[in-house]
Amino acid sequence: MQGKDYIGFSVFVIFMLALPHWISNDYYLGVLVFTAFNCMACVGLCLLMGYAGQISLGHGAFVAIGAYAAGILTTHLGWSPWLAMGAGVLAAVFIALVIGVPSLRLKGHYLAMATLGFASIVHIVSVAAIDITNGPAGIIDIPRIKLFGFALDSDIRYYYFVWIIFAVGLFFAINLVKSRVGRGLRAIHGSEDAASAVGVNITRYKIQIFILSAVYAAVSGSLYAYYVNYIDPGPFDIMYSVLLVTMVAVGGLHSLWGAVAGGILLSLLPELLSMAADTFAGVGIAYKPDYDTIVYGGILLFIMLFMPEGLFGGISTLGSLVFKAIARMAGRRYPSG
Amino acid sequence: MKRKVVLLIVTGLFIFTSIAAYAAEKSYKVGCIYAITGKASWLGEPEMNTVKMIAEKINAAGGINGHKLELYIEDSQGQNTRAVNAAKKLIKKDKVCAIIGPSRSGTSLACVPIVSAAKVPMISCAAAESIITPVSERKWIFKTAQNDSDAVRRIYENMNERGIKKVGLITGTTGFGNAGRKQLKSMAGKYGLEIVADETYTPADTDMTAQLVNIRNAGAQAIVNWSIVPAQSIVPKNMAQLKMNIQLYQSHGFGNIKYVKAAGKAADGLIFPGGRLLAVDTVAEDNPQKKVLTAYKAEYEARFKEPSSTFGGHAYDAINIIVKALKMAGDNPAAIRDAIEKIRFVGISGSFKFSPTDHSGLDKSSFDMLTVKNGKFVVLK
Repeated sequence: MQGKDYIGFSVFVIFMLALPHWISNDYYLGVLVFTAFNCMACVGLCLLMGYAGQISLGHGAFVAIGAYAAGILTTHLGWSPWLAMGAGVLAAVFIALVIGVPSLRLKGHYLAMATLGFASIVHIVSVAAIDITNGPAGIIDIPRIKLFGFALDSDIRYYYFVWIIFAVGLFFAINLVKSRVGRGLRAIHGSEDAASAVGVNITRYKIQIFILSAVYAAVSGSLYAYYVNYIDPGPFDIMYSVLLVTMVAVGGLHSLWGAVAGGILLSLLPELLSMAADTFAGVGIAYKPDYDTIVYGGILLFIMLFMPEGLFGGISTLGSLVFKAIARMAGRRYPSG
Repeated sequence: MKRKVVLLIVTGLFIFTSIAAYAAEKSYKVGCIYAITGKASWLGEPEMNTVKMIAEKINAAGGINGHKLELYIEDSQGQNTRAVNAAKKLIKKDKVCAIIGPSRSGTSLACVPIVSAAKVPMISCAAAESIITPVSERKWIFKTAQNDSDAVRRIYENMNERGIKKVGLITGTTGFGNAGRKQLKSMAGKYGLEIVADETYTPADTDMTAQLVNIRNAGAQAIVNWSIVPAQSIVPKNMAQLKMNIQLYQSHGFGNIKYVKAAGKAADGLIFPGGRLLAVDTVAEDNPQKKVLTAYKAEYEARFKEPSSTFGGHAYDAINIIVKALKMAGDNPAAIRDAIEKIRFVGISGSFKFSPTDHSGLDKSSFDMLTVKNGKFVVLK
């Protein structure tokens, strides 16, 4: 981590921790809690997609594993929520290893296909294994998590709790990509042959990073289960996996900050549109919920067309363009001579 | 001239104060969460239409005890996360005094912890009995859709009347199908019935011949096909092809005329427990629901130019129960909750009798046994 990263990271963390001073409404805090879950999974996925150059179309399944481990072990077996979360992480690690080892030994996008299949298997199991997962009826009355005997039963407490966990995860990820491992990963993304030639163990790196990204997803899922206190197979379908990939791609593949930006944007967008609908209704324009899809698609199209680097890269480019324009104008006014 | 000015000022003041007086009668805010878009929009759309229609009618007639009824409608898209956010928005931002919906069992269960913690009454439009049981833990939750167990009771009673002893089950692997399968299996013993076959199909299946042959070989005297997905229409068709003449029972999930059309002639003669709205023309004149059903059907169909559905009926019941409670108790959430437990109401889904131990308010009389005759739903005689 360099000075610049420290500053960016600190500003972000301080901003997120200070945010409840301005918005104390539980509804907004709740939306931001869900945002943290998505950002968490996105950071893990970004390590895999942006740095190791592999796509996972099944990250929603790892989120599901985290959530179901939390739900099943706490309600059926009475485990402590922390222990159940740990078990969820271990399960995700094991499964990532089983999927990752064969598919990441091969060149090309075999991981994308393997994870896509895996995601639909997990979804089918969560629907059909009624004795374990309670099927589509879902698991009710999942307990809340406690921190040092302090129940996290209000939105504000949970808000601080998840964003601090997220900050720790982000800090670790930023450090990782700046380390020797991170440089090795970027070398793999650039060219596997070249990376291999300079002594990077590509298979090992890819498997490790895949496992790490699964851990982020599983933690996100467990936190979701403890927050909503109810899970069913609905939130963890294939579309959720696709949404996570979209978040990372929209935000910008090549930067963890991009993944965070994409996660925040696409988590807040539905709520922003719903608020926009209220505003429109206030001035007498009938805004139907059906329009959401169009607006949603339009925004994604705009970002993909005009900001191919992603939201984060796009804003940086835009910023430097403005800066250059100002510099040019300033240069014209005071010709250097 | 002077007099004119004075008159103007006086009238102005009068209008101003009367507006202020009207504004002081603050409106009653009720939140609605429906799956208006997304996969379950066939539930949310008629529900939204219905509550809007009822609210307009109430406000046109002067509101509730002089208060305007103001609806805050949120779209859950059938997703748990969106429903949770919507419930929070309604409670914390819009400060509603009660919530109607969500449309689906999953989204309803996801909202239970939130409304319970916020102590705001919620009337779900979904069917699962786990939404309202155990009542001790679901103090703030009510529902208006009929109970699965009551549908099973009606089917099994009909079997007893006909002397059927051996039953074959075929259920869809969805939430609705699974819940029904569980109830069917657990209640069979009480009615002296034996489940001889227990087959399932996924919503994407296109042929159930294999399952039906298994049921035939097991010696079933009747089949119960419990599902809510379009694939259920294949079962009567396959039975006709296999020349199976045993009685076919469907669940209340068959209550959509599209499913009858999909099954064609094969649907004639099958029996299922259904809400009376489906066969309103053939409901007995002396049935207390007859008037409500006829009026709702006519009003809805004239206004929205589409057939009325039992799902809209769940919303009709929910909003009318809330309106009754508001009339009795004002817009204090706790008072509304207590009032609902005392309400007696003849609605679309049945005659509701809520009590502190029963937050569904319906029993097996909420269903009539219906059959299909010439492609139409009629009450079984």
